[in-house]
Amino acid sequence: MPNLVSDFTTGRYDVGFQTKMPPAISAFLRALILPMLGVLVFTLLWSFSASKIDTSLGKFPGPGAVAEQVVNLYNEHQASREKELAFYERQEQRNAARIAKDPTYIPKTRTFTGKETFVDQIGTSLMTVLSGFILAAIIAIPLGIAIGLSKSLNTAINPIIQIFKPVSPLAWLPLVTMVVSALYVSSDPMFAKSYIVSLITVTLCCLWPMVMNTSVGVASLNSDWTNVSRVLRLPTLTHIRKIVLPASVPAIFTGMRLSLGIAWMVLIAAEMLAQNPGLGKFVWDEFQNGSSSSLSRIMTAVLVIGLIGFMLDRSMLLLQRWLSWDKSTQVR
Amino acid sequence: MQSTLTSLSGFSKKLIAGAAIVATAISFSSHAELGYPEKEELTFGFIKLTDMAPIAVAYENGYFEDEGLYVTIEAQANWKVLLDGVIDGRLDGAHMLAGQPIAATIGYGTQAEIITPFSMDLNGNAITVSNEIWAEMKPNIPKMADGRPVHPIKADALKPVVEKYIDSGKPFNMGMVFPVSTHNYELRYWLAAGGIHPGFYAPHKGDTSGKIDAQALLSVTPPPQMPATLEAGTIYGYCVGEPWNQQAVFKGIGVPVVTDYEIWKNNPEKVFGITKEFAEKYPNTTIRLTRALIRAAIWLDENNNANRKEAVKILAKSEYVGADYEVIANSMTGTFEYEKGDKREVPDFNVFFRYNATYPYYSDAIWYLTQMRRWGQIAEGKSDEWYLETAKKVYRPDIYMQAVESLIAEKIVPATLFDSLESVDGFRAPQTHFIDDIVFDGKAPNAYIDQFSIGLKAQQQL
Repeated sequence: MPNLVSDFTTGRYDVGFQTKMPPAISAFLRALILPMLGVLVFTLLWSFSASKIDTSLGKFPGPGAVAEQVVNLYNEHQASREKELAFYERQEQRNAARIAKDPTYIPKTRTFTGKETFVDQIGTSLMTVLSGFILAAIIAIPLGIAIGLSKSLNTAINPIIQIFKPVSPLAWLPLVTMVVSALYVSSDPMFAKSYIVSLITVTLCCLWPMVMNTSVGVASLNSDWTNVSRVLRLPTLTHIRKIVLPASVPAIFTGMRLSLGIAWMVLIAAEMLAQNPGLGKFVWDEFQNGSSSSLSRIMTAVLVIGLIGFMLDRSMLLLQRWLSWDKSTQVR
Repeated sequence: MQSTLTSLSGFSKKLIAGAAIVATAISFSSHAELGYPEKEELTFGFIKLTDMAPIAVAYENGYFEDEGLYVTIEAQANWKVLLDGVIDGRLDGAHMLAGQPIAATIGYGTQAEIITPFSMDLNGNAITVSNEIWAEMKPNIPKMADGRPVHPIKADALKPVVEKYIDSGKPFNMGMVFPVSTHNYELRYWLAAGGIHPGFYAPHKGDTSGKIDAQALLSVTPPPQMPATLEAGTIYGYCVGEPWNQQAVFKGIGVPVVTDYEIWKNNPEKVFGITKEFAEKYPNTTIRLTRALIRAAIWLDENNNANRKEAVKILAKSEYVGADYEVIANSMTGTFEYEKGDKREVPDFNVFFRYNATYPYYSDAIWYLTQMRRWGQIAEGKSDEWYLETAKKVYRPDIYMQAVESLIAEKIVPATLFDSLESVDGFRAPQTHFIDDIVFDGKAPNAYIDQFSIGLKAQQQL
């Protein structure tokens, strides 16, 4: 059966209509119709099974309920923006009134005190995951190259990596929280503590796949190229820049893609557990509310989290295609 | 030298703060204007319960902003997180269980000086049991002519059920929200009044589980998770605030049997807690936030609860309580649904302003202290003076009265609303409306404690 499917999708299976169509169009149709068919079947199955599941918060949300919540969440976002405008207007008036009374008063604008909307939470989560990921890349890639180049360094560090790699970053979370609250003390902090905690947790989990992949990529460098570098007597830094880096780009990117996927997954869980702002907190808050629309709002969040994860992966892939010489990477 | 200097400056700071409080107090008699708040950006914490309404209303109706306060309101995961937030300064103030500032001040649990200038509400809790327990209890309850059970339902009806569970070796577990919560004391009061022993605490022996000699085993569950825990069968019943009792009715997983209004008519419930340090450092801010909360409380009870529907709409927003409008409305608009379909009028189920609900009475604090003593959370006997002194440390009617006087002076609220506070000495008249008919006089706490048949005597030690 799997063979049948793959034959069909790769076009080896001779379906009647294909012969009458130019191959480009049929390929395009296949790329369009098959995923649509998949989504359609899934939606039908989802909608059917959702109507069969009764929870104490009402029926399990089907596609209709989710669509309704998408509209609701967007409207709530718009309403909150309007409130924000009104808030600043009122504040200006109040400041003006106070200056009129007391000319020495230097007015201060305070940020909007309303609650983050769903859209804001998406923004927060994206910001956190990207900054955590970039921080991890800054640490992991040089480390990976160093390990890949030096066998002895590899032998020295490998046990540590092997031990920390399988640890769920959520286990780190309490430690990170305490350390951050102890060390990150400032009367007017640039970043919120919760942001730093989420960021470090994300970094901790992104680190290992990138280190591993980079070091493997570097270690399995084509010996011809190393030899060329030796013949030319390239200095170490130039060797890394001209030979090692370009050669291991595909491996580095594989590691980065893996990491980003894990980072996104872990971030949502961390936000949920630590009540840090973001999509995870949104899910938890809705769960706590226990209203009849809670489940459909959570389901909406689930789909949005999935979509964003998918988009993150695609962007990583595009970046990889654009930067890497190895164009054979499969789109998967 | 250095240290002397700093301690001196610390002392002088306190002097100045003290002088400032005195000065503001005096200034009211001369109707001088209240100064601008020293701290304008504040973060307040709350737990998702309908009795946080004064905070939400003060925000939504712009009362905080009228005072020049820019307040962010944040839901907290549980009471412990909330209390820690106030202690470590992450939160400037919070919706608290009445027992929390008291327990913190006497050092039960986390030691910290927390005060309350504003009592948030009266009543608002209920005890819910699972459907199975209800089915077993029901035959023991007398019926009215129309077949509905006679209220209030006493724990006497539950006693045979608990005994059956104990005889068959099954622990009878119930949930409450925090060891020093109103709910813990109310649930204990109700159980004990029906002859069911809820267990003692013995902190001096390191036992803070409160299960010594217990027939019903009480454990902590955060309010929003109560219905789910009941549904899972981990507990057979719980005592919690709204909307989590009505939620159980709507979901069909449990039946509220008694409201705290029936256990103790018009019992003080939540308070607004801030640290003593905050109040001393920011006296104007403290008075101003109290003013905003008083205005919100007035609005909530105005014209015979006329604004309650609007309040429910605010609370139903996902950033506040977030439960369904109907669930919140059930109790907030003066009715309470017991068994499905058995909806009865309880106009005073949630009281925010009437009956001087917002005034922080010393006697309220003393009642909580007597219950802490009764169940062993206060390990040894104390004198009547100790009860009063402790109450005075935590409950601050002085700040409340400053807020009221300035509101009246600025003609923001009519003075007639506060007529009954004219000659108040901080004590409610002896209170008679308890489910077991024992009278509570806040001026004689030790004599009060000695009246209970289940519970430690005033000077008894475990």
